[in-house]
Amino acid sequence: MHGVDLTMLEWARAQFAMTAIFHFFFVPFTLGMSFMVAFFETIYVKTGKQEWKNITQFWQVLFGINFAIGLSTGIIHEFEFGTNWSTYSWVVGDLFGAPLAVEGVVAFFMEATFAAIAFFGWKRVSKGVHLMSSWLLAAGSNLSALWILIANGFMQHPSSAFYTFNIDNARLEMTNFLSLILQPVAQVKFLHVVTASYTMAGVFILGVSSLYLLRGKHVEFAKKSATVAAAAGLVASIAVAVIGDDHAYEVANTQPTKIASMEGLYVGEKGAPIVAVGIPKSHTIEEIKNMKDNEDSFTMPIAIPHLLSILGKRSFDGFVPGIKDLVYGNEKYGIWSFEKLRAEGARAIKDMNDYHIAKKAGDKAAMDAAEKDFHAIVANVDGVKIERAELMGYGYFSAEDAKHIFPPVAPVFYSFHLMVGLGFWFILLFVLAYASVLKGTFVNNTFVQKAALYSIPLPWIATSLGWMSAEIGRQPWTVFGILPTAHSVTPINLTNVQATFFMFMAAFVILGIAELKMLFTVVKSGPKGAH
Amino acid sequence: METWAGITTNETMFLWQEYWWLIVAVLGGLFVLMTFVQGGQSLFHTAKTDIEEKAMINSLGRKWELTFTTLVMFGGALYAAFPLFYAVSFGGAYWVWMLILFGFVLQAVSYEYINNPNNFIGKGAYKAFLYFNGVTSVILVGAAVGTFFTGSNFSFDPATKILAWGTATDGMDLRGLEAALDFGHGAWFNLAFGVLLFAIARLLGALWLVNDIDNNEFPELVARIRATAKKCFVVFLAALVVVLYGLVMMKGYSYDIHTGVVSMVEHKYLANLMAYGFIPLIVFLIGAVLFLLGIFQSIFGTSTGGIKLSGLGAVLIGIVVFAIAGFNGTPYYPSYADLQSSLTIQNSSGSLNTLEVMGGVSVAVPFVLGYIAYVWYQMKKDGPITKEELADPDSHAY
Ligand code: HEM
Repeated sequence: MHGVDLTMLEWARAQFAMTAIFHFFFVPFTLGMSFMVAFFETIYVKTGKQEWKNITQFWQVLFGINFAIGLSTGIIHEFEFGTNWSTYSWVVGDLFGAPLAVEGVVAFFMEATFAAIAFFGWKRVSKGVHLMSSWLLAAGSNLSALWILIANGFMQHPSSAFYTFNIDNARLEMTNFLSLILQPVAQVKFLHVVTASYTMAGVFILGVSSLYLLRGKHVEFAKKSATVAAAAGLVASIAVAVIGDDHAYEVANTQPTKIASMEGLYVGEKGAPIVAVGIPKSHTIEEIKNMKDNEDSFTMPIAIPHLLSILGKRSFDGFVPGIKDLVYGNEKYGIWSFEKLRAEGARAIKDMNDYHIAKKAGDKAAMDAAEKDFHAIVANVDGVKIERAELMGYGYFSAEDAKHIFPPVAPVFYSFHLMVGLGFWFILLFVLAYASVLKGTFVNNTFVQKAALYSIPLPWIATSLGWMSAEIGRQPWTVFGILPTAHSVTPINLTNVQATFFMFMAAFVILGIAELKMLFTVVKSGPKGAH
Repeated sequence: METWAGITTNETMFLWQEYWWLIVAVLGGLFVLMTFVQGGQSLFHTAKTDIEEKAMINSLGRKWELTFTTLVMFGGALYAAFPLFYAVSFGGAYWVWMLILFGFVLQAVSYEYINNPNNFIGKGAYKAFLYFNGVTSVILVGAAVGTFFTGSNFSFDPATKILAWGTATDGMDLRGLEAALDFGHGAWFNLAFGVLLFAIARLLGALWLVNDIDNNEFPELVARIRATAKKCFVVFLAALVVVLYGLVMMKGYSYDIHTGVVSMVEHKYLANLMAYGFIPLIVFLIGAVLFLLGIFQSIFGTSTGGIKLSGLGAVLIGIVVFAIAGFNGTPYYPSYADLQSSLTIQNSSGSLNTLEVMGGVSVAVPFVLGYIAYVWYQMKKDGPITKEELADPDSHAY
């Protein structure tokens, strides 16, 4: 694509993926643990019992070890948007920068400021001020997630409800902040991520408490912690799945290429099934072109009929387009082919060039003509008018890029299905744990304890898989349908990107090992005052 | 002369652009103040015993988040209000920003890890990270701000705004590091600016530590900090002379706010100091006097309160530096490769709508400053850091 160094592009993507995944090891833990700690502290303040203070402080120490690294790896992305994705930053900065700035003002300061009291103020401030700080720390970190996910929601589903394309500046400009904030895609994303984070905290606390019970140590402490974790985790894990379902509905209706890849749906179907388990086959673009049905899409599929239509379209026989329909078009359902989109996109790019040539020449009439053509309505989908400018991104692709216009099926399919599978496992785990807590048998139930202990790493895997399906699934776009990834990257030599990639990798390896060592030491030494 | 700058002469828009540049300037000023954390980190060698070092780590380690957050906020405001700067400077001066970033990432974890016995690479390594951040990151930030006056080596496509870095025929292309190495294009000024910021940070760090650590319990430490700060004061004066000489004598970048055409003008920055009824110059002088008073109080004298005066002074000086870089028809991120590619608050800003919406959000800033002050008060009302507190497991010291 247009003189972009594709190897450099891959390195820039790899760098972002690496830094984002590393960052997201710590973020959900902060989001979840901050609330759990505030919750424990509330019990302490209400009851005034020292044992609850010990519980609070123990989990706070574990949380604190993660807090700094979560905060510091976040700023990497703010910088990276500029350093590695400068074209992106110009084209969408007017929309994308706003939520980031708001996050700083209304959330990040709150989180960082009250963290100082929560961590170091035990002796310096009153009980009430301390408790308030713990809650504000939790609220600040969760609010911060909201704004970041609004920004990410925009990348998943840029809607003309809140932006317009400015031909003079060659960029997207914000027209309606409120609808940017309230876009449903961002809202479900936020709810899904925070509930996933509470699930993570629940699994962690339940798992560590189980470790103590299995070893017969700190029994009272572990019992109390596990009770709270089991209850909170049960609610959170069910919420993750329920909201995840809404989330899938949003994806199905805003990012058709992503949902098709998530479900390995090569050819669109009415009453489409979900292949719960199976091995998606990879096909060349010519093979896809010639596919008549989905007989050859999977090896050993176990399919649930109609489920995809029900979940994605909320109708038993709704039509879900497959990759073939999205590349080659499907007239019956009014789906445009890539070629048609590309032609309109190319025309929009030409309009923009013409506009700037005319501007240089001072030819006002030609400028107006180009601008008019640029904003001409080319389609009307269910009452939503689509301007040619909105299709400009397609114009950056060449005809051969048909094979790249949808994401790679296998990684998206597997990451999505594994995430969902883990989601159901967490629900089962918490049902078992909570049931035995209610019966008072948890302390002796080594089966559930072992299950919880071995499940500790799983929420981290699930959240990483979630992001992989969301972000790989969005390819080949940074802003879906608007800005191609290849057109977002900074024009820079490969070696610079490689060098910074390894710089971060080295830091992450060292800091990651240090982090784990410190966590293990704290877990091993256990809470003070409880035996 | 033709110009690439697609500027608008819309009055409202221009006011919002000025408002946002003022916010950037204020955040920049606050950032200068907050570099006391970095400056303090460059003073660790003054601690001779473990408990002294622990006192320093705890004093600074409870404040690093705020410097960090200010930096994030500074970046966020620039991103939202002046996205073209973000794209050009971050994408172009790649290594400057990456190294600054790297220093801050390492800093953030180091406090948490440094005194933990299981920190994998040992205390010395984390101390080295803190020095790296305290010295290199600060000098680089200073040098980057220096380029606001000396210019950078870039141009961009007038239609798409896509960046091209290193296009000057007589310039070096080191993806940003030329700011410190290309003496033909003002590296001496950028470096002096970096050293100046470092000296300011270190002096503020010393003032903070003198204030925050119990002087009766740590008399030798406080004396050593003061001694180092006195030497630093000499460096500060030297760097200041070079920077002021540069600012006053330098040919500066200038542009016409109606046409956007950029040109070079003799003594531009001196003129900016004296523009707007001398307000920048007056504020600068007040800032300088306050800064010096604080230092005489608590570095050369024995009072502990100098951080307040010097801190306020540093904020004012920082504000003026950004103000004269961007107001009064001055391109704040000039290009020596292609004058007309220089960034001004008018040709690099966000849309009117975004500036307005963000302007609405900015009313939250005083509220934020309010609760920060409240938290500082809560944490300081029981007096400075004592040995007893450091030894008490219940106070969760680092
Ligand atoms: C139980 C059923 C689940 C369903 C139906 C579900 C659904 C979804 C969907 C549709 C997405 C893609 C969003 C996009 O592409 O924009 C997603 C992403 C994600 N999921 Fe899940 N999920 C489930 C369970 C989980 C669990 C258990 C976790 C972690 C504990 C998790 C964490 C995430 C994360 C972090 C993302 C990326 C952020 C986002 O796009 O919201 N999910 N999930």
